[in-house]
Amino acid sequence: MKKLINAVGDVVPDTLRGMAAAHPSLRVDVENRIVLRAAGPTPGKVGLVSGGGSGHEPLHAGFVGYGMLDAACPGEVFTSPVPDQMIEATKAVDGGAGVLHIVKNYTGDVLNFEMAAELCADEGARVVSVLVDDDVAVQDSTYTAGRRGTGATLFVEKMAGALAEQGAPLEAVAAMARTVDDRSRSFGVAFSACTVPAVGKPTFDLGPTEIELGIGIHGEPGRSRGGFREARELVRLAMDAIDADLPFSGDVLVMVNGMGATPLMELYVAYGEVDAYLREKGATATRCLVGNYVTSLDMAGFAITTCLLDAELTSLWDHPVETPGLRWGR
Amino acid sequence: MDTAFFLRWIAAVTERVRADRDHLTDLDRAIGDADHGANLDRGFTAVEEALAGKPPQTPAEVLTTTGNTLIRKVGGASGPLYGTLFRTLGRSVGDVAEVSQEVLAEAFAQALAAVMKLGSAQEGDKTMIDALAPAVQKMRASLEAAAQAAHDGARATTPMRARKGRASYLGERSIGHQDPGATSMALVIDALRAA
Repeated sequence: MKKLINAVGDVVPDTLRGMAAAHPSLRVDVENRIVLRAAGPTPGKVGLVSGGGSGHEPLHAGFVGYGMLDAACPGEVFTSPVPDQMIEATKAVDGGAGVLHIVKNYTGDVLNFEMAAELCADEGARVVSVLVDDDVAVQDSTYTAGRRGTGATLFVEKMAGALAEQGAPLEAVAAMARTVDDRSRSFGVAFSACTVPAVGKPTFDLGPTEIELGIGIHGEPGRSRGGFREARELVRLAMDAIDADLPFSGDVLVMVNGMGATPLMELYVAYGEVDAYLREKGATATRCLVGNYVTSLDMAGFAITTCLLDAELTSLWDHPVETPGLRWGR
Repeated sequence: MDTAFFLRWIAAVTERVRADRDHLTDLDRAIGDADHGANLDRGFTAVEEALAGKPPQTPAEVLTTTGNTLIRKVGGASGPLYGTLFRTLGRSVGDVAEVSQEVLAEAFAQALAAVMKLGSAQEGDKTMIDALAPAVQKMRASLEAAAQAAHDGARATTPMRARKGRASYLGERSIGHQDPGATSMALVIDALRAA
């Protein structure tokens, strides 16, 4: 294993120390593993807290700042954080208007956030939780833990964050978060497995011409294994899966997300295909992100996340944002 | 079964988890995200420290400290699930110096119900419940029978298709792999027999 780390056990704290040094806009509590805005809670604003396993950088800590999250709780690599972190984060960001927990639908994240929300409520905090579950690769929810929360988490954090910044009450911010999730879908493809530092070897083995279709964001295998093919076909496969679940129409926000080890050049190749695909369907990619935003360590591959926009969502997307991972308009 | 018995149990679990860490992680590599052994090892190491730092005076204290520490330190799904198991055991055995097998069996029945509720899992979903539920059934008979039932239950998860947890995302592809959660649960119950 060749990784730019010091010691396997120090990966998460060392990452946090680096983020703290790089971004004075953040207040990083390395000991308790909480990343906050340095400016502290905004009085009267709904606080937004998210969190999850590490290894998805810049998600979530990279999205703490004006217009998005108030706090992030990073867990061990691919392991959800613990309730203590979420409770501390919730207390720290509560500006008097309540706190929204944005939770990716993974059993561990759900259970730990659930326990945290209960304990916060016991102490009198107002907490509402919203589950993100956008991954169309997981279909029959009675036979699964339900759809996974993946790329749409960024959309939810951005648009709910913008609404909170505009002073909306907790219920409205939570409703917006649910709306964004309802209108968002994702599909991911892996070209190679990633290596979890504590494990030291790739999570699975893929032959030189094999790919995994329908992956999540934890380096796990996908729903099926297939043969490698050109970008146009891979994009079509992902877009068809999304379109079959929620047909494209009108204005669409598109994220072509790299899983960590795919060159930006290739992501642009994919984005060109996405744009063409949407035109064919009579829809328009009016907003986009192309880059590494919700990653799986050093996995090669990509995921497409889309969100059907309307005027309100577009304006929330365009609202200024200033975080390490996303920044415009300010 | 007194406080020392429960301390021996937790110490044995800690030791076994450490020894089987890579095996558990390998099972999780196949159908999960390759961290089960590492997470439990981290959790029980923290339990070891917590128990040494403030030696418990009753069986309930051993169990509750174990549960609370797992919830606070492990993360993932296994932290809250194992944490809830031990916390419920602690609450159920009550504030006594000695626990009878009868009381322990009843406490395990309550813990099973609590874990099933938290994870909304049933037997046959390919989870830790598939080792825990059959063990609870045999617990009144003997700890040996319970350990055997847990072991058999864990092995029986291999042909199952996962319906809960991360393995469920694999659908049919989860078939043919023994469930890591059921495997670690069998190890926890087996350590009870040996305590």
